[in-house]
Amino acid sequence: MITTIEPGLFTTIQDQGRWGFQAYGMPISGAMDRYASQVANLLVGNRHDAAVLEMTGTGGTFKFDEKQIVAVCGGDMQGLLNHISISNWSTFIVPRRGILRFDTAASGYRTYLAVRGGFEVPIVLGSRSTCTPVKIGGHEGRVLRQGDVLHVGRDMECETQLGSLADGYIPQYANEVQLRVILGPQDTMFGSAALDTFFGSSYKVTTQSDRTGYRLKGPKIKHLGNADIISEAVWLGAIQVPVHGMPFIMTADHQTTRGFAKLGSVIRGDLPKLVQTKPGDCIRFRCSTEEEAIEALQKEQESYRNIAHACKKE
Amino acid sequence: MHPKTSNMKCNATMLPLGESAVLVEFGGGIHPDTHRKVKAFTEYLDSHCLPGMIEYVSAFSSVTVFYDSLMVKQLHQDHVELRKEPSYRIISVILQKIVAELRTGDGQEARIVEIPVCYGGELGPDLAYVAEYNKLTVDEVIDIHSMGDYLVYMVGFAPGFPYLGGMSEKISTPRRQSPRMTISAGSVGIAGVQTGVYPIPTPGGWQLIGRTPLALFRPNENPPSLLQAGDRIRFYPISQQEYEEYKREPI
Repeated sequence: MITTIEPGLFTTIQDQGRWGFQAYGMPISGAMDRYASQVANLLVGNRHDAAVLEMTGTGGTFKFDEKQIVAVCGGDMQGLLNHISISNWSTFIVPRRGILRFDTAASGYRTYLAVRGGFEVPIVLGSRSTCTPVKIGGHEGRVLRQGDVLHVGRDMECETQLGSLADGYIPQYANEVQLRVILGPQDTMFGSAALDTFFGSSYKVTTQSDRTGYRLKGPKIKHLGNADIISEAVWLGAIQVPVHGMPFIMTADHQTTRGFAKLGSVIRGDLPKLVQTKPGDCIRFRCSTEEEAIEALQKEQESYRNIAHACKKE
Repeated sequence: MHPKTSNMKCNATMLPLGESAVLVEFGGGIHPDTHRKVKAFTEYLDSHCLPGMIEYVSAFSSVTVFYDSLMVKQLHQDHVELRKEPSYRIISVILQKIVAELRTGDGQEARIVEIPVCYGGELGPDLAYVAEYNKLTVDEVIDIHSMGDYLVYMVGFAPGFPYLGGMSEKISTPRRQSPRMTISAGSVGIAGVQTGVYPIPTPGGWQLIGRTPLALFRPNENPPSLLQAGDRIRFYPISQQEYEEYKREPI
C-alpha cells in the first residue's frame, strides 16, 4: 500500500475517462493530460488506461510499504526519492519504505504518477476516474487527503524495463503556447472582426481555471447579437464564449450541456499542451483544419506504439 | 397524442465539432414536434451499431454524435467516394441517410415516471413566495404543479438533471435574487417558466417549492439516471411523514 503523507494542491486518481454516460449528464472526467498519463502507464508496462495519480501545481508526498515500479510524466514537480532527484519521463524502482516527494511544478502544471498495476479503486460507471463536482469515482469521489491509503491493482499488460524515454517523445512545456482551433458550430454568431480579435490576441490563463475548463482573459470577443443558444451538448476542447466575451475551454470534468455560443474547438492533439499551462501563462490560437487534427492524432498513436515497443522487456 | 404530427419526415443539418463529434441539428427550437424527431433519431442509434461511434447526447433540437475519427477514417479507407473525405463528412453522409429514413410515428411509447413531492415547509421554503408572486394560494400552486404533464426534453447540466417542458405559466416565478450556496439533492424548483429537480447538491437560484425522496442520479445503476430524454413526468404530493418513510425505505 501507498500512504499519502502530503496530498499536494489537488491530487486525484484518474484513468482515461468515464465515456458512455454523457447522455445522462455525467461528465467524462479522466486524466487532463491524455498523453502524459498514457505514457506513464506504458513506461511501467500497464494497460494504457490504468488509473494514475494526477497532481496539479504542487505535488504530494507518498510513502511506499512495498517495492514498486513507478514512472512520473508530465510537469516537472522536482520529484525526490528518499531525498535524491528523480528524472521525469522515466521508469524507476521505489524501494520498500521509500518516500517519493513532489514540490511545485518547475515546468508544466500537471504531473502523473503511475505504479505498475495501476491504482486500485472501485470502478464506478466503467471508470476509476474521480469526478469531484459529482463526488464519485477515484478515492471516495474526492481529492486525496493526508493519511489516505492507496492500493495497487493488476492493470499491467507486459514486462517492462527501467530507463528513460527517448527525448523525441518528451514535450517541452512553455509559458506561451499556440493552440490549433477548428471553427464551429456557432462561429457565425461572431463577426469577422471578433474572429480577428480571437486569432490575433494573446489570452491569459486565469486562476478560475480548473478541471472543468480553462477560463481565459484578454481582448473581448464580441457577438453579433445574442450570446445564448438553446442548450446543446459540449465536448472536450470546445471554446465557449458567454456574453462577457471571454473564452472558456472545456476540459475533463466539463458539464455535458450548456447554452452559450461556441466559437470553435481546440484540436484533440493540442489539449495536452493546454492543460500543462498554469494561471498567468499565455495562449494564442491559430485556425486549423480537420486534416491537421487527424495528422496530430495519428502521430500521437504512433508515439504510443513506439514507446510501448521500446519499453517492452524481450 | 398528437395524431396530426405523428408521421413527420425529418431532415437535419450536420455541423462538425472539431474532429471528434458532429452536431445533428433538427431545427424548430424547443417544441414537442422537434423533440419527436430527436427521439426518433436516438431510438435508431440505440438499436443499431454504428462502427466508430462512441456515444451521443440528445438536446432540445439536436443530437451530438461522438466518434473515433481515426477509426472512422480507417473503416472507409477502401470506400471509393468517401476515402478522401474528412471523418465528419463520412459520419455526416451515414447519419444523413439515417435521418432521411426516419419517421417520427415509428417511435416507442413514452415512459411515464411518477415523482412524489413533499411540497412546502422546510423542504420547499419558497412555496409561499411562489404563491404570493402569482397571487395564488399555496394549495393552488401545489395543484397546478402536480397536475401538469411534463416532458423530459433532455438530461444534462448535472448528472440526472431533467430539462422539463410543460409547466403552467400561472406559477412561473423569476429566480431568487441571491442564489443559495447549496441546494439539497431532490429539491424541486421553479425558475421562470421552467421547473426541475436537483439530482445532486449544487448551488443555485431556483425557487424551491418541495423535495422528492427519489434519487434522480444513481451512480451504481445503469443507466445512472432515473429519467431519460423522452420520459413524461407527473409529480404527486406526499406528506412530510410519507417523505420520511420513502427516505427510510426507497422504492
